[in-house]
Amino acid sequence: MVKKTVEGSFAVAEAVKNCEPDVAACYPITPSTHVAEELASFYANGEIKEYIATESELSSMSACIGASAAGSRTVTVTSSQGMALMHEAVFNAAGNRLPIVMIVGNRSLSAPLNIWNDWQDSITERDSGWIQIYCENGQEATDAVPQAYKIAEAVSLPVMVCFDGFYITHAVEPIDVPTLEEVRKFLPLFKPAVKLDPKNPISMGEYAFPSHYQLFREDLHKDMLAAVGKVKEIHDDYAKMFGRSCGNGLLEEYRSQDADIVLVSIGSVCGNAKEAIDQLREKGEKVGLVKLRLVRPFPYAAVAKALAGKKVIGVFEKAYSLGAVPPVYGEVLAAVADAKAKPVISSFTGGLGGKDVTVGNMLELFGKLKQGKKLVEWV
Amino acid sequence: MMLPIAKPGTSKENKTGSWRSFRPETDKSKCIKCGMCELFCPEPCITGVEQSKKPEEKTFPKTDYDYCKGCGVCANVCPVKCIKMVPEEK
Repeated sequence: MVKKTVEGSFAVAEAVKNCEPDVAACYPITPSTHVAEELASFYANGEIKEYIATESELSSMSACIGASAAGSRTVTVTSSQGMALMHEAVFNAAGNRLPIVMIVGNRSLSAPLNIWNDWQDSITERDSGWIQIYCENGQEATDAVPQAYKIAEAVSLPVMVCFDGFYITHAVEPIDVPTLEEVRKFLPLFKPAVKLDPKNPISMGEYAFPSHYQLFREDLHKDMLAAVGKVKEIHDDYAKMFGRSCGNGLLEEYRSQDADIVLVSIGSVCGNAKEAIDQLREKGEKVGLVKLRLVRPFPYAAVAKALAGKKVIGVFEKAYSLGAVPPVYGEVLAAVADAKAKPVISSFTGGLGGKDVTVGNMLELFGKLKQGKKLVEWV
Repeated sequence: MMLPIAKPGTSKENKTGSWRSFRPETDKSKCIKCGMCELFCPEPCITGVEQSKKPEEKTFPKTDYDYCKGCGVCANVCPVKCIKMVPEEK
């Protein structure tokens, strides 16, 4: 275990390399470009077997689908408009049950054009059948990569490892990157259940008539729900082997067990939320944080348990569903819908397109929550 | 886990005749065994008119209703209009 001072993107790329992917297919896009660049230089140095410099993100995802169908361990990297361009292939990857891993440097969607961070790119793909893990810092993102492969290959579902553009992709932090030897002990070789093989020909991505299409979708939905357990199990295995964990693998409770007021959020902004909580705790205020790690499948039971008995809950998210309640807020509402004591649950949408969210902003949010009124607003 | 995969030869198993709402029926008293319907059938599920044979040795066309989708191309190209599209009764 050696910590080195490294940019988040480079640490994640190294973790990907140490998972020994057979095929990387990437089209660089800000702010995840450094991951794609680093993978390309690993390929140039002979450390990755194949790197396809595609002409678009739709091609990247399509190349990953083909390579994965042929039994390869695959990776792609994208952000924002790149993920939007992939859209139809994103659904195909999940529908074909291909364990592709996608590294997402989260960024806003146009228009107006903006290259900075929010979660709208991957949140928009939340219904696609991909498992989504969100990370608070470079270490969590790096640790999520070997876990992502192990989860994907165990449940035959693709996984997105999402980390905030610039805030994590470009931040230089001390990070312990698991070595090739360590990853080999944790991650078994990829053995696909079925693959394209000239000796035993099959067609994949077949046509399904109205009599069968819904059955496939329902099966995928049930397997997604069931994957919550596998995500937790693999996180716990990793924590045992490497000594690093992210809460219980589904969410992290930060000083929230005895708290009356709890903030729910995702990703890098949780760092500032924790700092604000520490300051308020020193003043004796019972505040805490529930940081979601797994957003798809959504861990309803774990969230309900973490929020049980809380009087006031606030959800802060860098995402929206225009003309409706914000996506994470909606999930939290659903998670606590059956609770006996009804908490006051407020929604804050903010930090969009790189709008700074400071410790001071977090203190303001807790100030608003303390009033105990339900708020649904953009901050 | 349900996988949307298929082994070779499934186009034989998928009997697309179930898609049909109109059924082509050939009036053999009018048919001249020219084979136009067989040539134009896009599936192709009309067989039996062998062009190499002399006119008197030719046989009537046969429609394979397991795969005929009822597109009506045969009825349209028939020079003597001996193929009628009859609604499928269910």
